[in-house]
Amino acid sequence: MTTTLDDHATLGPVPDGFDRWEVEQFLYREARYADESDYDAWEALWTEDALYWVPVAATDDPSRTMSVIYDNRSRIATRLKQVRTGKRYAQAPPSNLRRLLSNIEFLGGRANSGGGIDLEVGANFLVLESRARGNHLWGGRTTYRLRRCDGDLRLAYKKVVLVDNGQPIPTLGFLI
Amino acid sequence: MTSLIESAAATGSPYDKLIKRDKVHGSLYTDSAIFTEELRRIWYRTWVFVGHESEVAQPGDYVRKRLGLQDVIMTRDRDGELHLLLNRCAHRGNQVCDDAQGNSSTFRCPYHGWTYRNDGELVGFPFFKGYGQRKLDLSLGRVPRMDTYRGFVFGSFAADGPGLVEHLGAAAGEIDRLAQLSPEGAVELTAGWLQHKTRANWKLLAENETDGYHPQFVHGSIFGVTGSPIGALYSDTSTAVTRDLGQGHSENDLRPEFRKFAEPMRWFGTTEARVPDYVAAMREHYGEEADKIMIEGGPHVMIFPNLFIAEIQVFNIQPVAVGECIQYSTAVQLVAAPELNRRMVSQCMGSVGPAGMLLADDTEMYERNQLGLECLTPEWLDVRRGLNREKVDEGGFTVGGATDETGMRGFWSHYKMLMEAEL
Repeated sequence: MTTTLDDHATLGPVPDGFDRWEVEQFLYREARYADESDYDAWEALWTEDALYWVPVAATDDPSRTMSVIYDNRSRIATRLKQVRTGKRYAQAPPSNLRRLLSNIEFLGGRANSGGGIDLEVGANFLVLESRARGNHLWGGRTTYRLRRCDGDLRLAYKKVVLVDNGQPIPTLGFLI
Repeated sequence: MTSLIESAAATGSPYDKLIKRDKVHGSLYTDSAIFTEELRRIWYRTWVFVGHESEVAQPGDYVRKRLGLQDVIMTRDRDGELHLLLNRCAHRGNQVCDDAQGNSSTFRCPYHGWTYRNDGELVGFPFFKGYGQRKLDLSLGRVPRMDTYRGFVFGSFAADGPGLVEHLGAAAGEIDRLAQLSPEGAVELTAGWLQHKTRANWKLLAENETDGYHPQFVHGSIFGVTGSPIGALYSDTSTAVTRDLGQGHSENDLRPEFRKFAEPMRWFGTTEARVPDYVAAMREHYGEEADKIMIEGGPHVMIFPNLFIAEIQVFNIQPVAVGECIQYSTAVQLVAAPELNRRMVSQCMGSVGPAGMLLADDTEMYERNQLGLECLTPEWLDVRRGLNREKVDEGGFTVGGATDETGMRGFWSHYKMLMEAEL
């Protein structure tokens, strides 16, 4: 079970075996798959205990309060199956997207349920979304947890805190 | 049925030309002058859903809400009384509250330090000598009438008029049905609200909420991949009915379908074996009645103009402009049903809000609908579906089939009456 809360007090030191260049390349790749709606490649990045979370401002306990997205691995699969039908109208046609990641920080290590230590990384982002209804600029801070599985990096956790998550936001049909 | 079609006409108002029994004019969704009139005649007059008492459970709790374009602070004072205060200082009109929610006995205007108790009373202002007195005959504005039904808080800006129970009419029974799903007969809305900005006229949403014609098409993508049985409830052969509850309220009554299966908790997409504590608590509290409640499930009701209860989730629709509104959505939480409540939050999060696997697609339809209406021909939106087979049921309500536009016609009939009423 992936720990939901990402308070810094419970974070250990940055674990060994995570090269900054490799980690950055992984994050950029994840961003590109999302930008290009490459659902198969994006889905393959996740671990089995995945958690993909887009909270709203007032959320402290996502099991009791609403989040924009709070997907475990199974719900990520459902979300992607829906969009692959081509009839997920909120994302058919898909948004045109490009995002920038910056301020990438290695935040520390976090114990996972498999007995290992995941690398926790923070980054800021801006996404320009273009759809028929117009352009929208999304921005915020993402916290990732990365794990090495059979030599490759995988994504165990992605929490996206939108800067405007206390305000009404438009439809979020793409992978943020 | 021709006589029915004609019966909606001929009150001598301009709305005769825009609202017919079987069609409504496109300008109703795009004309900003009509939107301004709606604020005056509907949003600032009739009973409008604001929030739920459980959102301000403790003395001093407050939460900011919208009522039309106005910023309202729902507070609970030290004596436990609820208030709907307007977020506007009586001095210069500044907002006195800028947090979305919190707990405070007072609100202090940041501009000149005027301070109000959370019941609206002005309790102080700096440098009183400039007024020649320590007390002023001023206070925060308030929504003139506030009332609650099973904890659902409604406000009306009309100083007098029909009471809340009269406004709710038969829809009150649907709120009762929701509350009955709790072993203690009480609902809370404590899961927080998603806020979904929607570029469409609010009426497109109100009409869609009990439109049983769209689900198989708009939501086919999610029904297909999850194997959901919901689609069948809105099929051409469904025994569910669409009921005009009067006063602009309407429902999709799905009970006939659930009764066919007679399986407790089927309505929630689960079985009694999976929620044993809840089922036991229900049987303990309701006795023989429990199984009926658990078979029939929650209501699917649109309460005019802005409260939509869809089984496990609640929506508050508020207008922003003629072509924009906000959908607030949250999960129903049933008192004394912890086993169900977490599932409700989880299911609801998957379905509603900006990324919801159901509501994001509805919202896409609303927004494309609004754009479509910029085309000025054929002028009308057709709402005749089911007029050929409508009946009056044993309760005296007009009912259509599961996919019929009976709810929309009820909405427009009430809308027209409000827009034409003498003020």
